[in-house]
Amino acid sequence: MEAAIEVKSLRKSYKKVSVLKDVSFSVQKGTVFALLGSNGAGKTTTINILTTLIKADGGTAAVAGYDVAARPHKVRNEISLTGQLAAVDNRLTGRENLLLIGDLRHVADSAGTAADLLRRFGLEEAADRGVSTFSGGMRRRLDIAMSLIGSPAVIFLDEPTTGFDPEARNEMWRTIHKLAQGGTTVFLTTQHLEEADELADHIAVLHQGRTVASGTASELKKLVPGGLIELTFHDDETRDAAAKVLGKSHAHTEGDGARLSIFTDGAVAQVASMFVVLRDARIEPTGFSQKVATLDDVFLKVTGAGREDE
Amino acid sequence: MTRTLADTWTLAKRSLRHITRSPDTVITVLLMPIALMLLFAYVWGGAVGRQTGSVSYINFIVPGIVVMTVVSGIAYAAVRLNMDVQSGIINRFRTMPVAPSSILGGQVASSTLSNVVSSVLVLLVAFAIGFRSQAGVVGWLVFAGILVLFTLSTTWLAIFFGLLAKTMEGAGAFSYVLILLIFISPAFVPTNSMTPLLRGFAENQPMTPVVETMRSLLVNGTAGPKVWTALAWILGLLVISYLLSVAVYKRKAIVVNT
Repeated sequence: MEAAIEVKSLRKSYKKVSVLKDVSFSVQKGTVFALLGSNGAGKTTTINILTTLIKADGGTAAVAGYDVAARPHKVRNEISLTGQLAAVDNRLTGRENLLLIGDLRHVADSAGTAADLLRRFGLEEAADRGVSTFSGGMRRRLDIAMSLIGSPAVIFLDEPTTGFDPEARNEMWRTIHKLAQGGTTVFLTTQHLEEADELADHIAVLHQGRTVASGTASELKKLVPGGLIELTFHDDETRDAAAKVLGKSHAHTEGDGARLSIFTDGAVAQVASMFVVLRDARIEPTGFSQKVATLDDVFLKVTGAGREDE
Repeated sequence: MTRTLADTWTLAKRSLRHITRSPDTVITVLLMPIALMLLFAYVWGGAVGRQTGSVSYINFIVPGIVVMTVVSGIAYAAVRLNMDVQSGIINRFRTMPVAPSSILGGQVASSTLSNVVSSVLVLLVAFAIGFRSQAGVVGWLVFAGILVLFTLSTTWLAIFFGLLAKTMEGAGAFSYVLILLIFISPAFVPTNSMTPLLRGFAENQPMTPVVETMRSLLVNGTAGPKVWTALAWILGLLVISYLLSVAVYKRKAIVVNT
C-alpha cells in the first residue's frame, strides 16, 4: 500500500525550546491514524507542520506524495484541517460557511455540495441561522463538513473530541468511522487511548517530542508481552511500601484501590523474584491476578509515566 | 491569476457581509466623524472659524473630517482581521489552496470599499449643513483617487496591526495615534495659531499634506502645492505597511492555534 503521509526524523524548536526532537511515522492511504500523546507532547506542532502552517527545522514530511516544505501548494490541494478551535465563521450562516469554502475550493456545484453536507451532518434545519446560535456540537459538525468540501485525500483532525460530552463524542466517532469507510485518510491526534483504540488502524505514541512506539493497537499491546501481574494490598501505605521495594527491579504502575500492576515478560524467574522481594520486605499482598495489557499499560510503559524508579 | 482574483473577491464579499451584518459598528464608525463635524461647525466654529480667512469654517474642516472617517473605519478593519486570526479561520484558509494575497487582499478590498461609502455618507451630511465645493469633475475625481489611495495605504497599516495584536481590543489601538496626528495638523485649526514647536511638527508630519491637498481639491478644485508630498507619504506608507503585513503573515501561524 502507498503512504498518504510519510514523516522522518522531524524536528522543531521554538526559540530554545525543542518541541519535536525525533518524530517518524507513516500513514497508509485510506486508513485512520492516531497520534497519541499527552498535553505538550508536540501533537499540534506536528499537525501544523503537516498542514503547511509552519516549517520544520529538520527531517522530512510528505503528504499525498508531496514534500510539505518544498511543495506546500500541492499539499494544500490534497488536505483539510479541523483544528482544536472550531474554525467556522460565526457571523455567517451554516450554509454560507459551506458556500464560502466551496467557492474557495472551486468545486463545480458549490450550492449542491453545501445542501448535501447540511443533510449528511443533520444541520438542515439550522442551515440558514447564524452560526453564533449553534451549539458546540453543531459548530464542530459544521467544521468537519467544511473540511470535506472538495473531497480532500487526507483529513487532519486535531483533538476532535476534546471538550465533548459522551454523546457528542460518540457522534464524532461515528462521523470519523464513516469518513474512513469512504476511503479518506484520516489523521487525528488524541490524548485518550480509548479514542485511539476505537478509531485508529494505526497508532503512534508521541512523548516529549519523540515517537516512542507505533503499530496497531494489538501490536502495541504486545509491547507488554507477558501482560501484568496485579497485586492487591490491604491499604495504600502497604501498596506504597511495596512500590518502593519493587521499584529498583520491577517496572510498575499504581492503580486505584491499593493496587499495583507490575509489567512482566511472563518468565518464572522474574515473577518469582518479585515475590521474593516482597517476602524479604515482609509485605503481604491480599491477592494477585494476571492481567492482559491494555493500551493504557502500553502508554505508561513506553512513556515511562507512573514509574517510580527515577 | 484569475483564480487569485476570484478568491480575493470571494473573501472580500465575506468581509463585506460582516460589515453589513453589524450595523452597530457601521454606526460607530460614522458617528465619531459626524459628531465631531457638528461639534466643530456649531460649537467651536464660532471661535475658531474667525481664523480661517476667506474659507468658511465648515469648508475648512470637511477634508479633516473625511480623513477622520477613514481612520475610524480602518480601526474596525484591524479588529475584524484580528477576530479571524483569533478564531482560527485564517489558519483554515492557509491550509487551503488560497493565495496569501487573496486572504489579505479580501480584507483590504472590503475595508477600502466600506470606507469610501462611509466617506460619501459623511460628505452628504457635510453638504446638508452648509459645506460647498468649488471643485469640478476633475477636482472630485482627483480627490476620490487620493482618498482611495489614502484608505488603501492606511488599511494595510490596519492589516499589520490586526495580524500583530494579541487581543481584539489591542488591534484598533494604533488608530489613536493617527487621530492624534489629525488633531496636531491644520485639519481643524490653522497651524499659525499653534506654539512654534508644535507648529514645526504639524507642518512636517504626514497628515498635513494629505489634509491640505484634499482641502485644496474640495475648496478650490486644484491639487495645490503639497500634492506630491502627500502622495509620497501615502505611497511610502503603503509599501512599508504592505511589506510589514506580509512578513507578519508569514510568521503568524507559529503563534496561532498552538
